Amino acid sequence: MDVTGLSLTTITLFTPMIGLAILLFMNGETHKANLKWVAFATSLVTFVASVVMWINFDPSSPGLQMVQRNTWAEVSLGDSVINVSYFVGVDGISMLLVLLTTFIMPISILGSFGSHIFEERGREKLYYIFLMLLEWSMIGVFVVHDLIIFYVFWEVTLVPMYFLIGIWGSEERIYAAVKFFLYTMAGSILMLIAILYVGNRSGTFSTYSAGGDVGVIERVQSWEGAGTYWDAVDPEADGDEAGFLFNSVESWLFLGFLVAFAIKVPIFPFHSWLPDAHVQAPTAGSVILAGVLLKMGTYGIVRFNLNLFPEATVAWAPTIAFLGVVGIIYGAWVSYAQDNVKKLVAYSSVSHLGFVVLGIFALNAQGLQGATLQMVNHGISTGGLFLIVGMLYERWHTKEMADYGGVWKAMPLFGAISLVISLSSMGLPGLNGFIGEFTILLGSLGSEFLGFAFTLIATLGVIMAAVYLLKMFQHVFMGELKKPLSSDDGYKLTWSEKAAFIPIIIMIFWIGIQPIVFFNLLDVSVDSIVALFVR
Amino acid sequence: MENLPLLVPLVILVPALGALINFFFGAKLEEKWSGYIGCFASILSFIISLLLLTYVTGTNGGAAVVNPPFVDGWLRIESIGLEIGWQQRVDSLSVTMMLVVTGVGSLIHLYARGYMYGDKWVPRFFAYLNMFLAFMLILVTANNFLMLFVGWEGVGLCSFLLIGFWWDKKMPEGWKNSNAARKAFIVNRIGDFGLLMAMFMIFWTFGTLDFYKAGELPNAEAKYLVHWREHNGLLAHDEEAEAGAAGDEHDKTYKCAPAGADGHADDAHSDDGQAASNPLADDIRARYCDNQHFDTELLGVFGQTTELFGTGETVDFGSFQLAFDDVILLIALFVLLGVTGKSAQIPLFVWLPDAMAGPTPVSALIHAATMVTAGVFILVRSNVFLWELNHGGYVIGLVITLVGAGTALMAGYIALGQWDIKRVLAYSTISQLGFMVAAVGIGAYVAAMFHLVTHAVFKALLFLGSGSVIHGVEHGHHHAHEHSHGGGHADEADFDAQDMRNMGGLRKRMPITYITYLIGTLALAGIFPFAGFWSKDEILADAWFEGFELNELSGFIAFGVLLVAAAFTAFYMWRQIVLVFLDDPRSEAAEQAPESNGAMLVPLLVLALFSIIIGFINVPKSTPIFTGIYETYEFKYFLEHSLVSVSRGHSLDFNLSIAGIALVLGIASILVANRVYKGKGLASGQRDVLEDGGASRLLFRLANARLYWDEFYAAVIEQPFNRLAAFLADRIDWDFLHNYFHDSLIKRGFDTIGELLSKPFDLGIVDGTVNGLGIFVQRAADWMRRSQTGYVRLYAVILFVGVVAVIILMVTPFIQTLLAGGA
Repeated sequence: MDVTGLSLTTITLFTPMIGLAILLFMNGETHKANLKWVAFATSLVTFVASVVMWINFDPSSPGLQMVQRNTWAEVSLGDSVINVSYFVGVDGISMLLVLLTTFIMPISILGSFGSHIFEERGREKLYYIFLMLLEWSMIGVFVVHDLIIFYVFWEVTLVPMYFLIGIWGSEERIYAAVKFFLYTMAGSILMLIAILYVGNRSGTFSTYSAGGDVGVIERVQSWEGAGTYWDAVDPEADGDEAGFLFNSVESWLFLGFLVAFAIKVPIFPFHSWLPDAHVQAPTAGSVILAGVLLKMGTYGIVRFNLNLFPEATVAWAPTIAFLGVVGIIYGAWVSYAQDNVKKLVAYSSVSHLGFVVLGIFALNAQGLQGATLQMVNHGISTGGLFLIVGMLYERWHTKEMADYGGVWKAMPLFGAISLVISLSSMGLPGLNGFIGEFTILLGSLGSEFLGFAFTLIATLGVIMAAVYLLKMFQHVFMGELKKPLSSDDGYKLTWSEKAAFIPIIIMIFWIGIQPIVFFNLLDVSVDSIVALFVR
Repeated sequence: MENLPLLVPLVILVPALGALINFFFGAKLEEKWSGYIGCFASILSFIISLLLLTYVTGTNGGAAVVNPPFVDGWLRIESIGLEIGWQQRVDSLSVTMMLVVTGVGSLIHLYARGYMYGDKWVPRFFAYLNMFLAFMLILVTANNFLMLFVGWEGVGLCSFLLIGFWWDKKMPEGWKNSNAARKAFIVNRIGDFGLLMAMFMIFWTFGTLDFYKAGELPNAEAKYLVHWREHNGLLAHDEEAEAGAAGDEHDKTYKCAPAGADGHADDAHSDDGQAASNPLADDIRARYCDNQHFDTELLGVFGQTTELFGTGETVDFGSFQLAFDDVILLIALFVLLGVTGKSAQIPLFVWLPDAMAGPTPVSALIHAATMVTAGVFILVRSNVFLWELNHGGYVIGLVITLVGAGTALMAGYIALGQWDIKRVLAYSTISQLGFMVAAVGIGAYVAAMFHLVTHAVFKALLFLGSGSVIHGVEHGHHHAHEHSHGGGHADEADFDAQDMRNMGGLRKRMPITYITYLIGTLALAGIFPFAGFWSKDEILADAWFEGFELNELSGFIAFGVLLVAAAFTAFYMWRQIVLVFLDDPRSEAAEQAPESNGAMLVPLLVLALFSIIIGFINVPKSTPIFTGIYETYEFKYFLEHSLVSVSRGHSLDFNLSIAGIALVLGIASILVANRVYKGKGLASGQRDVLEDGGASRLLFRLANARLYWDEFYAAVIEQPFNRLAAFLADRIDWDFLHNYFHDSLIKRGFDTIGELLSKPFDLGIVDGTVNGLGIFVQRAADWMRRSQTGYVRLYAVILFVGVVAVIILMVTPFIQTLLAGGA
């Protein structure tokens, strides 16, 4: 395996940086009209690069592909010196999420074309620079396999999003931006402590093996001594299984990672930052936040919690899955009570990601495959819903549901598209959302770690999804048009709006009717994780 | 002949294409062309269904499994052998449904061209109708539960779109329409929950969701093997050839010979090559000869049920185990929940009366003839479950009977007290669906399907007839208003073209509508020799047999309750005839109502004709006169290839006393209704005749108030649900979690502590602590400084997380104990 050459992964990862560099050297005033094109073109090239990766990806081979690893720095922790390396590569799960990122990015840039926020707030150049930075860091999170570098990318994603909300957001943007930053940051610090511990005790920050170094994951999973690997590296381990949840190092490390991810997902009850951030963020921000950023949390759980701490995962699975189920019902119920369209969609994420969490902690192939695919589905459907809300806001300048009504009549095409996206979000079979939810619930019923009640209650969430989404659809699109626009031209969809919807609609039907392609991508990677939990 | 089933994907594709054309080009088409496209697609689909019928009859009940081209499987996860395909099944049951859906559907399409004439959304209407047909045909031709579910939800979506078709009408009517649509979708979703749970359990029990694998038939014991052999092209040919050459003895030895042994026979029929190397065939042959149990992995859900039921197997769901028989019971109950949603049974029927907000052709097609029968269809499709459960001593049959018979009686009673012409028909539909479900409950699957077919015809007729009446009265109303001068606008808003008190005497104004409506009424009331007589009589005869001959409680209940419901049926239908068509006109609108146009009348006439003759497809044995003319039990012999059993009482001789009781009861009800309502001339707003009497007053009012079901649900479910939603969102999530817990408690508390600390201690100490956390935190803290109270909040949040973590840690053991106890 060539681990030092320039791999496709690196090319995809750094393409947004090229766009960023170009944008930096452009004059924000004289080239104002060109800025968005540079950003859009860059995101398209990145997408093409990721598709090239996909074509080169061999779904039948286990382990990472398109790997590159260069030593970056040496850190001395205590007595030992540990390498921090630039270590990138993809397996099926990473591949799918990279594709999701590069897919959502051009759409959200298209969604910013001609937006009113630039008339109000200006600074278009900075806006697109942040979007490029965001894309770079998000891809980074999904492809790096060195814990320290992962942490760097993880934190870097916060910066552009903080400014996107803080500068181009709605009225309470500063509050929302600070809250978003602090919440995520607080969780991350616990993760950093856990990362430092892991690196110190195992002697490496690489999670996978490459170039002769044995990664942490392999060390954990091929441990053959007494107890678990973490018992062995912990000098004070007493081997007392009775107090595993709170007395073992592994359990605490698990929690350190989990809290960071749980806040990001967000798992109930850590979701309090989400409605603020979503409602205040500009359209592109909301689309990316829902489409990709939240998936970093669920991805992290799958990649690190499950792989590094299998014993703790099993011990904690019912509890976390329980929080997932609570999130499904609670998120849906709270969503239903909202009068603000954007808030309604925001809370729906809590419900949808509850399904993903449940699927992950079912710890079987159905659950994990369904959960990973559902990450993509949620990105597409909820991203689409936020686009819809954004387009409504551009026209009517309100987020209150009571101010809408009859939009379908004024904008027939827009109404039809919104219906399809809403249906995909509520899991109508034949569309993408159903595939994910069905597979997750299938997995949860057959899980060795979760009882019957988990599936029974979670499935009730399917009813609730129809309840809140139809409420939104009826109030916004049906009934009488309450506020006619001053000119009929306002009802027309612009070309960029249409162009943003086309790929979304295609993916909704593609995943709904032929999900095989995506399951194939995941099959081997998920299998290697599931193998840890077969009793 | 063998290749005919390959046409079955077209049955779906044609209306789907019709829908797409109308969706994308409808706006550019002339109105009549969207109608033509819609009708053409529907009729073409009907013709293909007829071809499929010739396949099933031609092969004597053959069944085929078809993988549509171009779609390579569907939900497939290779590593765990999860494989659910887009796979269709052609057998007598699915062909029956296809014919009903496309046949009645085509007539309704034709009718809709006249009914919707002039509406600005005609293309959209036909697009939805075609889309509905496509989904309904996916539902009935599916060969696995998941694909059935696609159709099941798809028709629900179309129902939603069509109920709310006129959501843009003026307030409040438009809003009422969209409310009805939403209600239908959500109530059906509750049923879908049941079906989903059933599917999850089916998968973990059987490892597949397929009804039957290719070549399998549902009949009990090893029968499906025999059928498989009979209906497999290659084997049938071979056996004939062998039998012809060497006689019976040789044939026997052939059956146990391995697949490749008859080299010459294979060569001779190599054009049928695909079956020659069928692993299923080899396995079945081997096991058949060894007299073993079959490898259940090679069988579909129902074949496995036949094999495993009663063997004491357990099913492993990972965290818990259940006995196989109990699992089947749970699955059946979950399916039943789905049925009560789609087929409008207690307790989920409440959406159907509201669904009448849709255009009348929609009510006829979706909410009477086809979609609402999907529940009965899935019960009959799952007859293996029910049959095994009933024979294993489980009372599932009684439960289903209670649901069905209870619904039949309750809805029939409510129909007695309604004024809206379509609402009476809606409750009548619920009641008749109850008949079908009760029939399934007593194990009379053929009778249930028979009634489904006849009911589809005459209820479609009645709905289309009521549409013709409403159409006429509306036109009469407009006509009357053009001639009255001024001040009529307030009146117009109040006028209800569906209130039967505004009608009367329409037999003279609309003679063809009247005659066809009368035929439909007699058919529904079960009057000899119309279609309803035969199908209702068969349900009653089966119920009688189950009860009085076999001493089954469900039989007694079904017989008694359904007899009363049948009397109600005749009564409310005749009340309708009197109020709408007889006596004198009671409003200007009714006086001037014109007869509908030909596009609407022709479908009425065709349906009327079939309402008379469709009952003859299943004439019982030794019926006086009829037996000589018609083949007896033809429908039963057709359908039995799709059923596990049609034994017990289901091939009875004609029972004159039961038919007589039902007939006399029906005629008596008609006479009573005639006596009560004839010549009373109830005008708009007037009270019903029954409401004047002492004892009948309360009964009528209860029926008129629809037994307060809607109010009950509003009080018990809807309002608590909304209140809890508001409580969770405002109090718990916003006030407590968002404002108090985060903004007040954590932030203000630590702002205070931070201030106290920052004065006595040097800021450097704090900074030092930050540095101690590492360079990354410092970088983060740099960012924090940009906001005024940056790092104070940072600590606040760290502490907050700590608090939450402690809370979780404290609560976790309890939760885990609870969960462990539960599992």
